[in-house]
Amino acid sequence: MPLFLNDDQSMLQDTARDFMAGEAPVAHLREFRDKNCKDGFSHDLWKQFGEMGFTGILVGEEDGGLGLGHVEAGIVLEEIGRNLTPSPFLTTSVAGVEALKAAGEDMRQRWFPGILSGETVLGLAIDEGAKHRPENIAMKAERSGNGFKLNGKKDFVVQGASADMLIVAARTGGSAGETEGLTLFAVEREAAGVSADAVRLVDSAMAAHVAFDNVEVTADAVIGEVDQGWDVLTRMLRAGRTGAASEMVGVGTGAMDMTVNYLKERKQFGTLIGAFQALQHRAAHLYSEMEIARSVVLKAQQLLDEGNDGAELMVSVAKAKAGRAANLAVREGVQMHGGIGMTDEYDIGLYMKRDRALAEFMGDANFHANLVAEMNGY
Amino acid sequence: MIDLETFRAETREWLEANCPPEMREPVRDERDVCWGGRDWTFKNDAQKAWFDACVAKGYTVPEWPKDYGGAGLSPEEGKILRQEMGRIKARPPLSSFGIWMLGPALLQFGTEEQKLHYLNDIAQGKIRWCQGYSEPGSGSDLVSLQTYGEDKGDHWVVNGQKVWTSYADKADWIFCLVRTDKTNKYQGISFLLFDMASEGVSTKPILLISGNSPFCETFFDNVKVPKDQIVGELNRGWDVAKYLLGHEREMISGGGLGDGSLSLGSKMVTGLGKDAMGRMDEPMLRAQAAEFDVDAIAFKAMSERFVDEMKAKKNHPATPNMMKYAGTELNKRRHELVMAAGGSEALEWESEESGGGAKARTWLRTKANSIEGGTSEVMLNVISKRILELPDS
Repeated sequence: MPLFLNDDQSMLQDTARDFMAGEAPVAHLREFRDKNCKDGFSHDLWKQFGEMGFTGILVGEEDGGLGLGHVEAGIVLEEIGRNLTPSPFLTTSVAGVEALKAAGEDMRQRWFPGILSGETVLGLAIDEGAKHRPENIAMKAERSGNGFKLNGKKDFVVQGASADMLIVAARTGGSAGETEGLTLFAVEREAAGVSADAVRLVDSAMAAHVAFDNVEVTADAVIGEVDQGWDVLTRMLRAGRTGAASEMVGVGTGAMDMTVNYLKERKQFGTLIGAFQALQHRAAHLYSEMEIARSVVLKAQQLLDEGNDGAELMVSVAKAKAGRAANLAVREGVQMHGGIGMTDEYDIGLYMKRDRALAEFMGDANFHANLVAEMNGY
Repeated sequence: MIDLETFRAETREWLEANCPPEMREPVRDERDVCWGGRDWTFKNDAQKAWFDACVAKGYTVPEWPKDYGGAGLSPEEGKILRQEMGRIKARPPLSSFGIWMLGPALLQFGTEEQKLHYLNDIAQGKIRWCQGYSEPGSGSDLVSLQTYGEDKGDHWVVNGQKVWTSYADKADWIFCLVRTDKTNKYQGISFLLFDMASEGVSTKPILLISGNSPFCETFFDNVKVPKDQIVGELNRGWDVAKYLLGHEREMISGGGLGDGSLSLGSKMVTGLGKDAMGRMDEPMLRAQAAEFDVDAIAFKAMSERFVDEMKAKKNHPATPNMMKYAGTELNKRRHELVMAAGGSEALEWESEESGGGAKARTWLRTKANSIEGGTSEVMLNVISKRILELPDS
């Protein structure tokens, strides 16, 4: 398979590009930020995602979805990144759906229709503490009657307070540091004992600290197998990490395009600043880094879609590389814009903020570079 | 066209039968690389057998048309052949500037007669080519070159000097940029081919910081070049030169891929050892190796995409400049890490254990990567002007 988009994928890219630029450009993010929206995204827009079919990209055809792959999900995410569109797409339709694919018929029937129509929002309750360390999950799920009783706290649950259901990773066995003994649960947000403390993040998205106080769930709430949650979690994280990498490619490309355009408009010393070699070389280096990041993200997605064993390594490389490249793009973006880049009125700062949030999501570049070293035996 | 999975199976079978085990070992010294040419002597029977098998099958240049010595493979088939050769770590049967640089230019600009003659010789490894581009006063500003070809009716008489001519002392023929009109800078250069055995050609190797002499100074003193040995039109050699430079830059960027193995860190750790956690015993080097591996694996994906897009004619024509910039900077970083991991052992210059100072010499050699074929700074200029379309100063 050649490492570029095929004709169908290019058509989807055109559709997604027109949709995001038309319905949810950066002005849309500003609007929701400025009115202090408690969800941080538009439910109407989320329904439009459903009408466009984006929400069903990773849902199998037997469940009413499009049965497409990570390449297609990434195409939509890149446009989301380019326009800084706020939406539950990454958490719900990419990572969440990937986890639910491992669930039984009843659970899929329960959640997929609402996800497909853009009405249901999922929250991912994985992280405990400020850094992503999934193997260190300590939250407990003890057997209780026919089900389980959940106790613990989760952090960085994006859109957690607005979610209908939380996918919760908790320990049914083993101890922190072990991959054995983890179990994934589908927990209704409104279940007794679940409390979400929503906080606004630097990029205006809402995330929650979620506390679980003797939350009772039945055995039917288990996604996959008890104690074997690491497998499902891994699938979910791969999807989320690659998706976040795509979104960062969009954020980085958006910031870079805006900056290169600025270099062609801004005059100082009587000339366009884009004529200065000191800036040209940095812009060219940035372009090169962004193209390399774009390539490895697509490679990771193709490998995931093929079910290739090399996918896990490539996903971590993609998340790390896209993280470094997009970070360079937003830093150079603000610097090359000069004073105007520091103003709230100008958009480039918003790119820097979104990039920072995506960098942390499901492991930053350091986390993934470390995984690359581990996977290569050093 | 047979279906691709059948082709893969057949290719696997053919490689199994024709690629000797010795040819699946990593390259250890210069003679492990088969350059071909009039004076080539094979290092061993395995090298010859592999070369002969590939020539017969057209696999020295698999995607060139059969009439010109290739196997006429489609881009998809070519990719499968590369993947299968990579899988068994097969060495290239023939390395040649004819394959990497002149061939593509001839395919684009050559007459049918030239293609039949020169391309077949390249494919069969009969002629070893060198490249006459840089001059003492024309490095990054290549178009200022002064070597002059005077029109003498049915031939030119060429006088001048080239420098940094790779393997000029071992080459049979040269593709050479020669000024044929002194009044026009860009449209006054012609692309000529001639025999290095011609009267008036002499070469002098240049000793480099690596202690080796892969480059020469090349002198032309009244060298006669027949008129049919021009590629493209008179005075339009710069078009051919630029096209060929794209392929040269692509070739040099290949250094960024290293020896094809995916992880440098996994090699470094064998010398450095591991701590109780199984991690490289030098935490700062481990971090640098991990960052390097991220960049190197990502560059490999970029390289795959570049080749796929080029075959489908989808990429920006200036993309090889980006590949060259990224690949060479990466390769220099690789060898800085190899030296850091090697410690004092990597300083050895002559000992047998060090393979005659292989690490140190290779490290020094890679410093030329971001100079030869256009410096990194020139590459960044080209990217900013042609791809980003930033204004001229």
